Amino acid sequence: MLEGILIGLQTALSVQNLAMVIGGCLIGTFIGMLPGLGPMSIIAIMIPIAISLGDPSAALILLAGVYYGAIFGGSTSSILLNAPGVAGTVASSFDGYPMAMQGKAGKALTIAAIASFAGGTVGAILLMIFAPMLSSVALLFHSAEYFGLMVVGLSAIAAFAGNGQVAKALLMTVLGLMMATVGLGSLFNMPRFTGGMMELQSGFGFVTLAMAMFALPEAIFLVLKPKNMGDSGGEIKDLRITRAEARAIAPVIGRQSVQGFFIGVLPGAGATIASFLGYAVERNIAPKHEQDEFGKGSIKGLAAPETANNAACTGSFVPLLTLGIPGSGTTAILLGALIALNVTPGPRLMIDEPQIFWAVIMSMFIGNFVLLILNLPLIPYIAKVLAIPRNYLIPFILFFTLMGAYIGQNNATELLLLVAFGVCGIALKFANFPLPPLLIGFILGGMMEDNFARSMQLYGGLSFIWERPMTLGILIVAVLLVLLPGIRALRLRAKGV
Amino acid sequence: MALDRWIALVLLSTCLLYGYVAWFTMDANLAPFMQRKPVWPSSFPKILSILGTALSLVILLGLEKGEQVIGEIDHRRLTDYKLGQAILMLALMVAYALCLRPLGFLGSTTAFLVAGSFILGERRWHVMIPVSLLTAGTIWYLVQEVLGIFLRPLPFFLGN
Repeated sequence: MLEGILIGLQTALSVQNLAMVIGGCLIGTFIGMLPGLGPMSIIAIMIPIAISLGDPSAALILLAGVYYGAIFGGSTSSILLNAPGVAGTVASSFDGYPMAMQGKAGKALTIAAIASFAGGTVGAILLMIFAPMLSSVALLFHSAEYFGLMVVGLSAIAAFAGNGQVAKALLMTVLGLMMATVGLGSLFNMPRFTGGMMELQSGFGFVTLAMAMFALPEAIFLVLKPKNMGDSGGEIKDLRITRAEARAIAPVIGRQSVQGFFIGVLPGAGATIASFLGYAVERNIAPKHEQDEFGKGSIKGLAAPETANNAACTGSFVPLLTLGIPGSGTTAILLGALIALNVTPGPRLMIDEPQIFWAVIMSMFIGNFVLLILNLPLIPYIAKVLAIPRNYLIPFILFFTLMGAYIGQNNATELLLLVAFGVCGIALKFANFPLPPLLIGFILGGMMEDNFARSMQLYGGLSFIWERPMTLGILIVAVLLVLLPGIRALRLRAKGV
Repeated sequence: MALDRWIALVLLSTCLLYGYVAWFTMDANLAPFMQRKPVWPSSFPKILSILGTALSLVILLGLEKGEQVIGEIDHRRLTDYKLGQAILMLALMVAYALCLRPLGFLGSTTAFLVAGSFILGERRWHVMIPVSLLTAGTIWYLVQEVLGIFLRPLPFFLGN
């Protein structure tokens, strides 16, 4: 392994490759801030440039830099504008945006940068050590286990089910699940709830719904009740994290780096499930007084999904590099790039072309490090976006929500749909219906139904739940995560606390 | 009746309509081989329609106890806020959606940004117009020329 690390370092630290990783991180960060352009689209756009380099190591190093940069860029628009452009950063907006509104934008971005760095770096270490053996474990996960993981992910909605809000949070989740059933399902291949409209065949666009439920109502509320987003009392450019805050988030980052990585290893799971799962787990194991902070600007609530989604991105390289199976859309595009460069990922990659295997792993370390040192000095300037006067900032936010929806589908009808959903989102917000559960349900709904249906078909009924110990175990964890806060509250009440 | 109950009523109607499609119409054209499977395309929607209906009823009938929370904006006193500006901004978004293709990206976007700032009370034209033009031009260049996603820059009568 040491020899491999040295080969990888030698390749990754050449002047050309260092320039690639720095350029990739910068491009990824800035383009990733545009809602609607997630890592997958940016990497796809960068592929012709990467292939033209002719050197597989340099190409992969460039793409890895773009990948990490895009994830961080996506988090920035989630935190500052409540406009998550990709599903993997939705959970970051739950607490990141409230922090920004409390005048802690600089701190929120710093926590996001550090958590991303830690998640990515720990993920790369785990990838280096466990990649070969994990590839076989990943194959033990079948649709029944994936279904269980989605159920655990859904338990994240507990953070939004406060006093008198349980039915509302559950109803929003069900509504999200219902919206996910619209269109041509991947498993059944028949249109459902489309009303004969061709535009609905592919279902509702994620970006459209995310913008309509998060960014648009927030912007309209700022119109209704004028205030400049930067004048909430805090110092928006302040990056400092206190010692107590660092102590509070350190265990969260540690846990989520490992958990996120292992979720990422599973083909098809990816950063989205890892971020929701990370949020759900951290919220449900937190002490009661800290649980109440989740969804209102908790630093743990921000650190958990940020760490988990980065660690998961690294984890998704395990099936790609060791088995040649792309575990996510992004790694599928990377696989295409590798094949175009005459490299065949799989069990023999590590033996036949160790310089590529190790250069990719080393570039992950370097990419994460470069991203941190590039972004920390930029955070005060990025956070200053919130200091732009309201009269200019609000039209810009609305314009970016429109662009996000338009780029995603390249269809002007999508813009009308965005406004219609946005009006519904505003009405729901007026009546205090929590909106994040709707998006959680929508994102997890499709995958949940597919995996549930596959398991039912394989086992001829619900017997997969008790016949597969791993599924049963995951579902028990999901039930415990939902019940744990209630049990803890009952015990405290019994003790008279 | 409180707003959340009105919304629950609307959602109840939506769930009932969704349930009607799932229970009574969706399986009509199901192929015979699909009918032998344990899960049908309507299975998951059927469960969701029951859950949605039950939860809407819980809210509509006020079965869940909890204090009434007023959000950051009290919808009962909407006229105390800048309601006109909010409605105009939403109308402006609809106008942008309708004009984007025929008027082209550059004109529509510049007009949207200038009109948006104007609605919110900005009157410094010498700032508004250059900022909007610069933004529209930069975004168009980035999206079309760098990223290769087609955005018609000019009105339809001036070609592509």
